[in-house]
This record gives sequence, structure tokens and C-alpha cells, in this order.
Amino acid sequence: MQKTSQSEISILVSMGTCGLAAGTEPVYNSLKNEIRNRNLATKIEIIETGCMGLCHSEPSIEVIDNRTAKSIIYGDVKGSDASKIIESGTAKAAGIKVIERGWYYPEDENNTKNVLQARIALRNTGRINPKKIEHYIVRSGYQALKKALFQMTPAEVISEIRKSGLRGRGGGGFSTGRKWSFAAAEKSNTKYVICNADEGDPGAFMDRAVLEGDPHSILEAMTIAGYAIGATNGIIYVRAEYPLAIKRLQNAITQGQANNFLGNNILDSSFNFNIEIRYGAGAFVCGEETALIHSIEGLRGTPTFRPPFPAVSGLWKKPTIVNNVETFANICAIIRKGAEWFNKIGAENSPGTKVFALAGKIKKVGLIEVPIGISMRDIIYKIGDGICDNKKLKAVQAGGPSGGCITADHIDIPINYDTLKSLGSMMGSGGIIVMDEDNCMVNIAKFFLEFTVEESCGKCTPCRIGGKQMLMILKRFTEGKGKKGDIKQLHHLAKVIKSTSLCGLGMTAPNPVLSTLRYFSEEYREHIYDKKCRAGKCSSLIAYLIDSDKCVGCGICAKICPVNCISGEPKESHIIDDDKCIKCGQCINKCRFNAINKI
Amino acid sequence: MKCSNTCSKKSDILQKQPEKTAELNRYINSLPIGSDINKNRGLLISTLHEAQRIFGYLPQEVQLLTAEKLRLNLSDVYGVISFYSFFTTEPKGKYKIDICLGTACFVKGADKILEEFENKLGLKDGETSKDLMFSLGGLRCVGACSLAPVVLVNDKVYANVTLDCVDNILKECNN
Repeated sequence: MQKTSQSEISILVSMGTCGLAAGTEPVYNSLKNEIRNRNLATKIEIIETGCMGLCHSEPSIEVIDNRTAKSIIYGDVKGSDASKIIESGTAKAAGIKVIERGWYYPEDENNTKNVLQARIALRNTGRINPKKIEHYIVRSGYQALKKALFQMTPAEVISEIRKSGLRGRGGGGFSTGRKWSFAAAEKSNTKYVICNADEGDPGAFMDRAVLEGDPHSILEAMTIAGYAIGATNGIIYVRAEYPLAIKRLQNAITQGQANNFLGNNILDSSFNFNIEIRYGAGAFVCGEETALIHSIEGLRGTPTFRPPFPAVSGLWKKPTIVNNVETFANICAIIRKGAEWFNKIGAENSPGTKVFALAGKIKKVGLIEVPIGISMRDIIYKIGDGICDNKKLKAVQAGGPSGGCITADHIDIPINYDTLKSLGSMMGSGGIIVMDEDNCMVNIAKFFLEFTVEESCGKCTPCRIGGKQMLMILKRFTEGKGKKGDIKQLHHLAKVIKSTSLCGLGMTAPNPVLSTLRYFSEEYREHIYDKKCRAGKCSSLIAYLIDSDKCVGCGICAKICPVNCISGEPKESHIIDDDKCIKCGQCINKCRFNAINKI
Repeated sequence: MKCSNTCSKKSDILQKQPEKTAELNRYINSLPIGSDINKNRGLLISTLHEAQRIFGYLPQEVQLLTAEKLRLNLSDVYGVISFYSFFTTEPKGKYKIDICLGTACFVKGADKILEEFENKLGLKDGETSKDLMFSLGGLRCVGACSLAPVVLVNDKVYANVTLDCVDNILKECNN
């Protein structure tokens, strides 16, 4: 690993949004104080980094001995651990959780064989201080830009990206090189490079980690893209919900300009490129490229029909390429190391790696980057360490509200763009939500549909009205009012919406419903005909019942019930009035005798 | 566009808060506003973000000011505000409580957390208390999914929130 420091010891402290929320700042301050008090500032350096992806054990830190490259990663660190950590160096400090090295291969840009995780897009995230450009430069920063500007023609850059086989990592999976070639072929004095940083998929936080932890990699990649297609203007469209990412990017742009990596005559070449930031404002649909373009234009973010594609006529009708953050995060590595290197990683029709955000009922939640082609089983059980509380895996949702679920029967299939699609799911932007036996699949389908109905821009009828009709049917299921013919109606609506919607949001909105119908039809039938919710989630279909054998009449449940629907004499078994019960679950939480059940 | 008759309170909010109005004017004056209406329109969303940061919300007076300065129609400005969920034309509470309702938080019971806040505050999702102390809302994923369920109070992020945490969060606000 390239050294970013002259100190003997470096302590990397993971301070992305997750780390900060988990309480990393007190840890950082304690370590700093401890170093100062012991006069060790010349020997030990603390580096505030972006997200290491170890979200399951935040606050997390890594202690590295720069002389030997030996290191140790700690998780669930507290401020009070600071002195122990400083004293132990890279030997294990007692009483602090150690994260095993195998889970996390930050150096893996070089070492991508036979490992579960391989970090290309996340090569610097969690390794460097994103506020210091010198950290980025020392780790081959701006080498790719130098190579592109002085050793390659624009056509050669595009050819290299095409040969690499890189596909859009935002979910579309379109060949990045091909997209660039379309824009390059257009004759126009003005062209645009747009970075889509509007990561709106609930459950996805891959792009956030890169933007916060390695902002220069995006700027460098966009500049290379500008050179390749003949653009001098770059725009990063960031969602407003990512204030730390915005701050890091603004800082990086200022540094880039000051160091001649942005602006006029970059690195004393004749190439000019400027980047500005534009903000989203809470509209999921603006992740769709035409809606995003209209949002930058200051309009309501409604998509428009393609063709013409943005590469031909995009922002202010000029040729524009729109690429996802993770797509850009791969560019510099590909230019530096070559398309052939990239081709050797991942799958044949989808080379490279994919960053996944693991969340839900899995033990090791966090950010991982794996070669495409890995199985879901390896992700869930080898990397994610299995399901929480040893519950049974029920479903894995991938691709956000546009994707679908796969079941435990499918988890050995290698993941790539095409295999997941054939199963009714999709790789999407990379959010993976793991569900167990306590999740109701009908309720989950309803949740996703509620999201897409709310986020629908309203322009086209199939999405605006069709989505709502599907949602009304699902709501009936969860309220015990489903009826014969509803499922047929759902299929019919889904078919119409998918084939006639204006944009990807509408076209993919029925997917969660379709995939849950495909694999969990029994659960739907139970909701409709038996008026039963086996997971106990749909409150209209469950009743809370006090077991008279276990109830000791302590009265705690009656006291905390917000609607006073529990009655009984002291020391006698209590009863719940089902008509008044709002199924809030407070009584179950408070009962010390496990006497209350959901049926 | 001149709009002299429609709003009797036109100068009310702006006049009563001259420092805020001046701050917004300073921001707008630093922008490259020109004769190309399309390019001016491209500055609208950033301006609305700044205006909402300064005033806390976007009353009609601020919308009019923005429209006039950017040489757009009021309908352009209002059309954008009504589309994007980030923008609000109503004042929010001192403590803006947002419960993340993204998928990861949802599968971990965020809907129950929202219900608990609704019960404790006597507010429904999207409402603000009459004393303007609290606003309650649901957010669609803040990207901290590994810490689900997540609750935001203004800029502070609470992680791994359970039903028992709700009281503590509200106590912290009241202190």
C-alpha cells in the first residue's frame, strides 16, 4: 500500500455520514487528545477518512504501522478505548472488537484474484483524507488524466473504455464506451459531461461513500470524459440529502482548480474543463437522465421521450453524457491499468466489480465491492455473515423500487446484469436488502409501490394512474379486503404500465409486485382468501391475544396501552379488546412473561 | 413581469426581516444572471435552496423576489417548488424530525417508529405543531441504511432507533 504519511503509525478513522451518526467524532477527538498528551504527534498521525464500509461495526478505525505495513482494524470503538489503542500499536488491544482483515481488502486494486472483495471503485474510500488532495495524488491520483491528455487521443480513450467492457453502474448497464462514442461523434462547440449523483434508491449508499471519501476520483474521471467527447463543461448533480458529499466535492473542486487539474490549460495542455455542482431537491425521478437534465435546466423534473438520447441532444439541447458516480469511479483505474486488466475481473459480459450496499436483516451490514459474478450466497453468508438472530432467509431484494426479490432457492446463481433480470430482479444501483421470515412480502410490495406512486412525476397516465390502481389493490390485500380477480387485475395493470410508461420509473414500478407474486403467490392467496398475514405485519389481519396460562395479571400492558383496550383485575389474566386494539405492539414489548402473541 | 396587485402582503415578510432579505439579495446578485432566460432558469433550484436556508421556508413574497431577480414567471418558480419535496411554502418547526422510510429502515420497523412519534407529538406525518416547535415527516432514504432505522432531527442523525429511543430523542429536543 502506498504510504500517505511520514509518520510511523497512521490511524485511519472512518468518518463518513454513517460513522459520524454512530459517534465517531468523540473517538477521533479522544485519540487526538491521547496523542497530544503523550507527545506522540510526530510519531502517530490520525487521518479522518471517508466510509470504510464497515457499517456493521461503526465507529471503526484502522491502525497501520507504515514501517511494516502491518495493520489492525477495530470496530465498535469508544472514546474510552483511545489509550489502549495508542499503547497497543498494531498488536491487538484487549477488549476492543477486531474486524478480520479478510473482510476488507483496500489494496485490492492490485490484488484482485481469489478474494471475495476487490476494491476498484472504493480503492481510496476509507484510505485517505478526502479533504487533502496530496493523499489522492500519492495514490496515483491524476496519473490517468496525465496519461489521457499526453499519451492518448480522445478516440483512444473511448476505445479503451469500450474495450474494458465497463457498463453503467447506476443500473442501466449500458456500455459506457458506446455512450461516450455517440457524444464524441456529434459536432457541437458545446457539450456536457454530467455525473448523476442523485442516488435516490432507498437502500443504496454506494455513491455517497465515493463522493464523501474520494471526490477527486470523480473529478478526474469527468475531466477524462470531457477530453474524450470534446466537452469543456462538467456538472455534478448531487441530491440535497447528501450535505457532506456536497461539501467534500466543493472542496475538491477548489483544490483541483488551484492545482491546475481543472480550469484552463489543464496540466499545461490545451484542454480546458470546468466542473460545477447542481443540487437535487428531493425528487427520485430526477435520477432518470432526461428528468435530471431538466432539473439542471431549472424545470420540474419530468422525463422526456428518447430518442433523441442525451448524447445527441441533452442539456440545453447539446450533446451530453450522463454517467453514474460508480461508473466514473472506475474510469481512472481503467485508463491507468488498461482495459485488459479490467477484463480479467468479473464476468465475461460484465467485467469489473460492483459496489453493493448490504442492508436489512443481515449481520454484517455495510458497503462491499465484489467481482461481478459472485453468488448471492457468498455475499449473504460469507461476507454478510448470515441472517440476524439466526432467522431464516426469506428473500433478497435487489435493484431498489425498480427491482425485484429473489428467494433462498436462487442464491447460488452468479450475479450479473442478465442473470438477475431473468429472475425478475435486477442489479440496479447496488442496494441489497435482506429479508427474513418476519417480513411480509405483500407489505413489502405495497411499500415499494407506495414509493413509486409518491415519486411519480405525474406526466404519463400509465404510471400516474396505473400505479395508483395497483397500489389500491395491494392496500386492500393488507387490510383483508382482497377479492377474487384482484391478482389477474394486478398482472394486467403491470403489463400495461411496463409497456406504455414514458420512463424507467414507470416501466419498472410494477417489478416488486410482479416478483413477489411470482415467488410468494401463497402469501398473496393467504391475504386474499384466508385473511391471514403469516409474518404478522399487516395489522388488520392480525390479532393480539393474551395467553391466560402465562399472564400473571401484573397490569403493565393495560397501563401502557395507548387506547386502553386491555382490561383485567390485578393478579388475574387480562384481555385485549380486539375492536379497539391498534396493533401498536407496545404491550408485547413490555410484557415480561411473553404472554402476548400475534395470531 | 409585474405583480403589484395580487398580494397585499407583498412586502410584509421581506420588510420585517431585512437582514435575511439582504442576504438573499447578496446571493442572487452574485449569480451570472443575464439575458438568456434558459440559463437564468438553471440557477433557480440553487437559489431556492439558499432562500429556504435563509428564511426556513418559501413564502410567496420570497417566490416573487426570486422570480423578479431571475427574470422568470412566478408560475415557473411555484411550479418548481411544488414539484420538489425538499421545498416548503409553510414554516417548519424548530425541530424538524424526519424518520427515514427507505427500504432498509422500513424492513427494520421504521413505520412503527413514525407511528410512535405521531402518538407522542399528536402530529401526523407532514404536520407542524401549532407552537412551531416540531415538524414531523418521513424521508425517503438518507443513505445511512446500515444504521437503520434512522431518524434525523435537523442535521443530527440518530442511528439504530428503537421505540424506546423516541422519548429520549424528544427529551433532548426539549432540553
